[in-house]
Amino acid sequence: MTTEIDEPIVRFENVGLRYGLGPEVLRDVSFSLAPGSFHFLLGESGAGKSSLLKLIYLALRPTRGLISQFGNDIATTPRDQLPALRRRIGVVFQEFRLLNHLSTFDNVALPLRVAGAKRADVNKHVTELLAWVGLKDHMKARPPTLSGGQQQRVAIARAVISRPRLLLADEPTGNVDDAMGYRLIHLFEELNRLGTTVIIATHNSHLVERLGFGQMKLADGHLTVAPGRTAEETGPASEIAKMAESAVDSGADSENNSNGEDEPYRANSGVENYL
Amino acid sequence: MISHRSDLPLDKDEHSRFLPWLIAFMVFLSILAVAGMLVLNATATRWDKGVRGTLTVQVVPSNDALKDETRLNAVLTVLATSPEIARYHALDKSHLVRLLEPWVGDAAGSGDLPLPQLIDVELKPATDFDAQALDKRLKARVEGVNIDDHRVWLDRLVRMIETFEALALVVLMFIVLATIGTVIFTTRTGLAIHREAIEVLHLIGAHDNYIARQFSRRALGLGIKGGILGLLLALPTLWFLAHLAQDLDQRLLPDIGFDTIHWAMLVALPVSVALIAMVTARMTVLRNLSRML
Repeated sequence: MTTEIDEPIVRFENVGLRYGLGPEVLRDVSFSLAPGSFHFLLGESGAGKSSLLKLIYLALRPTRGLISQFGNDIATTPRDQLPALRRRIGVVFQEFRLLNHLSTFDNVALPLRVAGAKRADVNKHVTELLAWVGLKDHMKARPPTLSGGQQQRVAIARAVISRPRLLLADEPTGNVDDAMGYRLIHLFEELNRLGTTVIIATHNSHLVERLGFGQMKLADGHLTVAPGRTAEETGPASEIAKMAESAVDSGADSENNSNGEDEPYRANSGVENYL
Repeated sequence: MISHRSDLPLDKDEHSRFLPWLIAFMVFLSILAVAGMLVLNATATRWDKGVRGTLTVQVVPSNDALKDETRLNAVLTVLATSPEIARYHALDKSHLVRLLEPWVGDAAGSGDLPLPQLIDVELKPATDFDAQALDKRLKARVEGVNIDDHRVWLDRLVRMIETFEALALVVLMFIVLATIGTVIFTTRTGLAIHREAIEVLHLIGAHDNYIARQFSRRALGLGIKGGILGLLLALPTLWFLAHLAQDLDQRLLPDIGFDTIHWAMLVALPVSVALIAMVTARMTVLRNLSRML
């Protein structure tokens, strides 16, 4: 389970995936992601972006080929050791997939509890993170009573609470307005700066072009990877932070002005303190 | 255990509401079956103890009452000189008449009915008694004497009781199987209902045990609830049956005089059923999860 520093976080070799007897959704997919890289995953609707992400977050087994996570070949890793790998991966699901019967606090605490963290630690970290994403006053609220943007922040908080080494997000900007989208990307950028490898699936190519991060493009089941910059290479006041700021200033954010107590998280508002 | 929080809202599941009642019913039936088994076992032992070591000598009556008196005395002399015999006692006529009255009514005492002389014989304990040898010795002296050492009908009764015991065991087995089947069904329904939440837990890095524990804990809780309910239903029933048996006939039906071990066995039943429910739920979940990557 040890990972050497330069070992790729994720490595695919000639991976193919088909559902049942259908056509191959992914064909001969080969790539490897260096630690601390930042990639957008692009492709038309139905190009297989979600399938690729599922393979990476170990929800699916490939039909053929080799997948290696943190240096562990998935095919030969014993099943009872997979949870330990999953705990190093944070996922923001497309539909959030929050547990509706649990409070915001419990939803975010879930990865820590599942990993057997101490109660005091759970309380401390979850409270801190929820304060940081501006949901301090909604800790006891259940997801169905939250707005879409708030739910998304819960989902993100849950994905990052255990300080994952790999963060995956499936269309995180899909359901929200531009301002929220920019802020989310900025959050991911901050995490990337601290060493987390990030993959974001999106079809907002406009955003991708402007930011200059690496790109993984899916078409006809084939993947092409174009390397780009990482967050660290751009310095703290990045393009995206400016975009987020300007979007908030211009009042495009309809998500968080419904009530005053809901303070949105801000650029540079102390992610380093938390992480 | 009760205060422990659960990640799955299993306690809100409608489909598992019936489980405690079903388990209560199963526990109720199993307690009755086991109680019946224990009573039968006690009866067999008691009959065995009460009858083994005794025998009855019967002097068949002839036409001559005076001659019968002499024959009886001859038999008593033989019995008196047999070293294995501890005590013997010839039943007098009035006693015999009383025993026969329920069957033949007043005719028993009328004198028209030829009554045999019965001698109740008690053997010394732990002697290797040979009934056939005694039979031979008696027959050599006196005509028309029979020995009944009760073994034949006792063996038959014991065999019958053993059959009933086996039947109770089969009933118990069916109860266990039905409980397991129901818990499997309930757990599978729960797995299907909470599929989405379980998948999230799984992808977040929960071990199968973590997820299974939520189900097994719930099943144990429902099992204990059902077990207590079943016990509460069964105890008055047993008490009522015991009472009924005492009223009916004290000699024929034994009272349900359980000792501590028996009560412990009965109380262990609901606990066992609850544990069976817990283990079954756990295994069902683990088997189901093993299909996930």
